[in-house]
Amino acid sequence: MGNACAVVGIGQSERYKTKIKKSMAGLVREAAQNALNDAGCAWADIDAVIIGKAPDFFEGVVMPELYLADALGCHGKPMMRVHTAGSVGGSTAIVAASHIQSGVFKRVLTVAYEKQSESNAMWALSTRQPFQPHLNAGAGGFFAPIIREYMRRTQAPLDIGCKVALKDRKHALKNPHAHMHEDADALTLENYMDSMMLWDPIRYAEVCPSSDGACAMVLANEDLAKKSPNKPAWIHGTAMKSEPTMYPWREEVNPQAGILCAKEVYAQAGITNPRKDIDMAEVYVPFSWYEPMWLENLGFAEVGEGWKLTESGATSLDQGGDIPWNVSGGVLSSNPIGASGMIRFAEAALQVRGMAGERQVPGCKTALGHAYGGGAQFFSMWIVGSEKR
Amino acid sequence: MREVAIIAYAQTPLVRDCGSKNDVELVMEVVHAVKKQLNFTNKDIDFFCSGSCDYLGGSAFAFVNALDALGAVPPINESHVEMDAAWALYEAWLKIQTGHANTALVYGFGKCSQGDLPDVLTLQLDPYYTQPLWPDSISLAALQAQALLDAGKITEADMARVVQQSRANAKAKPTAQLKGDFTVEQLLAEPKLVSPLRRHDCPPVTDGASAVILATREVAERFHKRNAYITGIDHRIESHQLGTRDLTDSLSTRLAAAGAGVAKGKVDIAELHAPFSHQSLLLKQALGLDDSTKINPSGGALAGNIMMSQGLSNFGEVAQRIIKGEANRGVAHATSGACLQQNLVAVLEGK
Repeated sequence: MGNACAVVGIGQSERYKTKIKKSMAGLVREAAQNALNDAGCAWADIDAVIIGKAPDFFEGVVMPELYLADALGCHGKPMMRVHTAGSVGGSTAIVAASHIQSGVFKRVLTVAYEKQSESNAMWALSTRQPFQPHLNAGAGGFFAPIIREYMRRTQAPLDIGCKVALKDRKHALKNPHAHMHEDADALTLENYMDSMMLWDPIRYAEVCPSSDGACAMVLANEDLAKKSPNKPAWIHGTAMKSEPTMYPWREEVNPQAGILCAKEVYAQAGITNPRKDIDMAEVYVPFSWYEPMWLENLGFAEVGEGWKLTESGATSLDQGGDIPWNVSGGVLSSNPIGASGMIRFAEAALQVRGMAGERQVPGCKTALGHAYGGGAQFFSMWIVGSEKR
Repeated sequence: MREVAIIAYAQTPLVRDCGSKNDVELVMEVVHAVKKQLNFTNKDIDFFCSGSCDYLGGSAFAFVNALDALGAVPPINESHVEMDAAWALYEAWLKIQTGHANTALVYGFGKCSQGDLPDVLTLQLDPYYTQPLWPDSISLAALQAQALLDAGKITEADMARVVQQSRANAKAKPTAQLKGDFTVEQLLAEPKLVSPLRRHDCPPVTDGASAVILATREVAERFHKRNAYITGIDHRIESHQLGTRDLTDSLSTRLAAAGAGVAKGKVDIAELHAPFSHQSLLLKQALGLDDSTKINPSGGALAGNIMMSQGLSNFGEVAQRIIKGEANRGVAHATSGACLQQNLVAVLEGK
């Protein structure tokens, strides 16, 4: 529904890393300029700017879009700031798309970033609140018991998590933007299984890094997309779903909000069999075991069977899998939190544009971008295709 | 464009400190109130969108807990902006324009009593060059007021008259925080807080929440014979660097007003988000309004200022008066940032 919308430009800041020595303004400007270059347009061609990032506590600036208005050429333009927890990068892209789909705007810039080195995410996620027990666990401590429950239910082999992490880190070697570029010789299952246990059952090697970085996209209507210098990625569907963190009978391993979000985005994009109809997916996997969990949640595998896909190499580009997941290296290889969702969406778009370089999935026509946040309760997804639907 | 109306509105009482009530309880009150006005359940609402600020409550993801107030089981289509909820309304309005929704519930909340608001707002500034100097929000507003006085665009008596009018208008609103009868002389006799601002030129610190329900014409006509339709809406931002801006004007308001089509007809009422008295005068000028428009019949932000939801409240206040037939055409306005950096303007019309 709505007017057609396409991704016509994609830009990322310099390679993601622990500390990028640029101001926040410099970071977002760089990603945005790269996206404009790809789209073959200038700052003046942008009608509105939609920016997203995770909690303001991650940098210590309240509503930083006000300060970033100058760096993003927003003088006299509409500017919006989205914040939907970890899914924000995806949600921001979806809000930007609705600017075009509504027919109100012709061409918009959307940016997401995180500069984790400005503050400390663990602290930011653990501030003491009145009337609430204090949980100083960060994200890993929160998700570990859920992963443990998945392992109990499925009786999956204990090394599946490490296999996911290894696969993504190998993928990352093909992506010049990825934070984690490990020595190829060190990428062995033995090394990964020996890695320090952080939050049982999550090992250090199975956790996303803490990164700085920004990602940007230029979205345009059909008319402008057809005139853009590089191939557009057409948006076939977008969906967002939320549910509360806790309630009785909540299914935390296979959240209802994720199932419904996928159902909605597939319906819009005309996808009936995700494993067959989708050529590749960039899925938010910050802790390794979330790959098999999301394979099931997103309908790529039956409930309880997701780990078998991982084990068989079906999600690996290197092993010639039929449904490569996270060929960019995924969140496990770069995690500027607020941008991570947008990177998933942008990498999916790059693939259907055939512009993914060494990490290109051959013949990719349809791709899924996915992000989640909070206590695995906020979901945002889009399906992009090489042809207009 | 699909025609979109505001068909329900609720606001908590505007109070300095709501005590042990948390964000969820504040939101619950208004969300339940707007649903009840229409006998709506979550099934009747296609999209939810909210505005809030993590720093007011001192916790990352303040809006996550607020989700509990919605009873989002089964899961809902939902989004959030770290802005005044007037921008959440804008997002919802776009969503309705795409055809993905026919109804939307929009809410915003701010429990400002939990911290020192002017200091918290200092953290909005450029973190490398301005924030370390620690100018607070009142001092920055004072700079703007002084610039207006120096330019001869306003007088201190004009500012006092804005306060006098706000306090008088607020008498008609039982839940307003500050109200009463004052003379300009009385107000001018008060001491300065941060020159040239007196305490009454500044907004009170308020705890509260507000919510509205948006709907397409088809849905709206089921509830009210006469509805308040959003016939124009636009928002703009300008430079964050105060030194590069003309603080005695509001360029972003002018652009948004032109985009929303304010000048296309007579404006009966305007609810302006002017936290400081001089900003009411500045906005009136930037919006091209004259004395035939009744400004801030609710009392405005000087009578109670729910951070992150004051702009949204303005939509509700204008819509309510249009639905009742007290006005035909009104302007709702929201602002964000130091010295009116970002502004949203909408025109609402009765049909």
